[in-house]
Amino acid sequence: MQTTETFNDHVVRLFLLASAVWGIIGMLVGMYLAAELAWPFWNFDIPFLTFSKLRPDHTFGVIFAFGGSALMGTCYYVVQRTGHTRLAWGRLAEFTFWGWQLICVMAMISMPLGLTQSKEYAEPEWWIDIFIAVVWVCFGAVFFATLARRRIRHIYVANWYYGAFIIAVGLLHIINNLAVPVSMFKSYPIYSGAVDAMVQWWYGHNAVAFFLTAGFLGMMYYFVPRQAQQPLWSYRFSIVNFWALISVYMWAGSHHLMYTALPDWVQSVGMAFSLVLLMPSLGSAANGLLTFNGSWHRLRDDPAAKFMVLALVFYGAATFEGSMMAVKSVNSLSHYTDWTIAHVHSGSLGWVAMITIGSLYAMAPRALGRPAMHSRKGMELHFWLHLTGTLVYVLAMWAAGVTEGTMWRATNPDGSLTYSFIASLIAIKPFYMFRWFGGVLIWLGMWVMAWNLWYTAADARKKIIVPVPVPIPEPVPDQLPAPLPVAG
Amino acid sequence: MAYRHFEFIEKHAWALGIFTAIMVSLGGLAEITPIFIEAHKVKPADGVKPYTPLRLAGHDIYVREGCYLCHSQMIRALRFETQRYGHYSTAAESVYDRPFQWGSKRTGPDLARVGGKYSDDWQRLHLMSPRQVVPESNMPDYPWLAKAKIDGKDTQARMRVLRLLGDPYSDADIAAAPDDVKDKTEMDALIAYLQGLGIANEPAGQAATAKAATEGGTR
Repeated sequence: MQTTETFNDHVVRLFLLASAVWGIIGMLVGMYLAAELAWPFWNFDIPFLTFSKLRPDHTFGVIFAFGGSALMGTCYYVVQRTGHTRLAWGRLAEFTFWGWQLICVMAMISMPLGLTQSKEYAEPEWWIDIFIAVVWVCFGAVFFATLARRRIRHIYVANWYYGAFIIAVGLLHIINNLAVPVSMFKSYPIYSGAVDAMVQWWYGHNAVAFFLTAGFLGMMYYFVPRQAQQPLWSYRFSIVNFWALISVYMWAGSHHLMYTALPDWVQSVGMAFSLVLLMPSLGSAANGLLTFNGSWHRLRDDPAAKFMVLALVFYGAATFEGSMMAVKSVNSLSHYTDWTIAHVHSGSLGWVAMITIGSLYAMAPRALGRPAMHSRKGMELHFWLHLTGTLVYVLAMWAAGVTEGTMWRATNPDGSLTYSFIASLIAIKPFYMFRWFGGVLIWLGMWVMAWNLWYTAADARKKIIVPVPVPIPEPVPDQLPAPLPVAG
Repeated sequence: MAYRHFEFIEKHAWALGIFTAIMVSLGGLAEITPIFIEAHKVKPADGVKPYTPLRLAGHDIYVREGCYLCHSQMIRALRFETQRYGHYSTAAESVYDRPFQWGSKRTGPDLARVGGKYSDDWQRLHLMSPRQVVPESNMPDYPWLAKAKIDGKDTQARMRVLRLLGDPYSDADIAAAPDDVKDKTEMDALIAYLQGLGIANEPAGQAATAKAATEGGTR
């Protein structure tokens, strides 16, 4: 058997590096914004530092730059490993890396300057959206072309999630961003008012569903069994959850618009599907956690596994919370308050960031040609900083949100409102300070990770990494896999 | 479905891709299409007119400055909301909003019916330096708005695009735009936008009671 074909880990390493850098930048912006809310003098009367202009940089920076780079990097890693083949179209893969980084830089510079569509998580203007669409199609092409040349006939479930992530995000991005440009600096969407609201939250919700959930579930389904060193608890269960998750999620977007001017029936459909969504969400979380059955002792000495287990716990908890917040009566209290912020961050810091960090710690040594991460103590420190920071953040925002929600609806015996709006802001200011402190801990943790990765990448920096050969299995009948490499 | 059918999807990337695309399309099609069709039937409420050039410029500054990140423009159909902010918002009121400005978070209060509730001078002072009028506020200052002038040509270009998208601007409306915004600062435009929010189009009938409630209650 010839073994001259090697995995393309170069592009994976690039994404790994980008992800670590963007994580620090995105979270630095978040921390700064948190400081501005608690102490408004941090705005300094500088337009691009002002909260309302800088805020899209935090969301774009952590979701698309940090999360996106991690997703694309792990996707390329996983599709090669599970298909026993080298990445197809290496040059195009390299282009997706540089293209994506260029998009992130352009977006992060243009948004604070006021070039925004004001659609949350889709702020960049039309010309950046076109770049995004092009790079995304290339990303999909590399992924599906690699699937097509796989040598294992069965497509492993992680790839299902990555595939759904690519298809759905492409669809959502294009439909939500349809706009007519006025100039390089301004465009108007083709939708207006209530239709625009529905399209935007169909996008916004499913950006969470497919970018922040399906993509990271793909990561989870590969790296959790890998780190637990046992097969998935139930493969069939993962498939059932897959179809349920991708079909149900798309219906739930309207729960972001409860009691608004959106037609009532859409709100009710959104609420019903949000409750149905509990099943595939908790199912995926349970499947991941049960994969650790018999392997729990690994939590004692493997911080990467700890990150993964905590990620799954947060995933289960945050999706349960999300479904509850989609219940109309709960939503009437939680909507517009910091409870939403608490929910988003228990999902993003708890689930998304922890599964990403766990997976990066699992993948980095393998992609960097080392037996293990440089410092296990560093990983351990990062885990506790991240967990403490997340808990401080989320608890503070829960307290703030419930305070706001209850103060806004409080009425006196004579029926008049008890509190002015400003009273609710004064009441939650201390929580804004705690939130900032939680953010600082998380950000320090990201620095610990960057330091650890830097030393783990020593061989890569010296360019002495030996490429990993692809294990080539026996040919499978009825399948045309990638041709065997020519003996070198 | 027998497992062998399912196995086919698990072993063919193209089948997997197509089925995934179908499954993710259903929800959006079912929810967006009817609303999209219905939207063409929604007529603007009485008093809901396309933005005047100055207010359009103000709307776009509201978007550019990111005001929607802390202020909603959607009064929900809940008693404590209508008591605080006025009559609940209706779909007909935002037909000319591209993009919609309903918002998702209230770090500051809702603005759907803020028009006319404060004087122009109050708004100006508040935008220049919020803590001078509301000491506990955490809103940033926006002093640069008072320095920048509105460009009439740019406003015309914007109106032409909006007409292309269906907003009923006449040639005369567009020709008159430069005069409307002449020598106006971005601050003037934003204040004109804010002062027109929700006042002319409050649904009739309940408007009077809601107004009484907001004036009587604690704000």
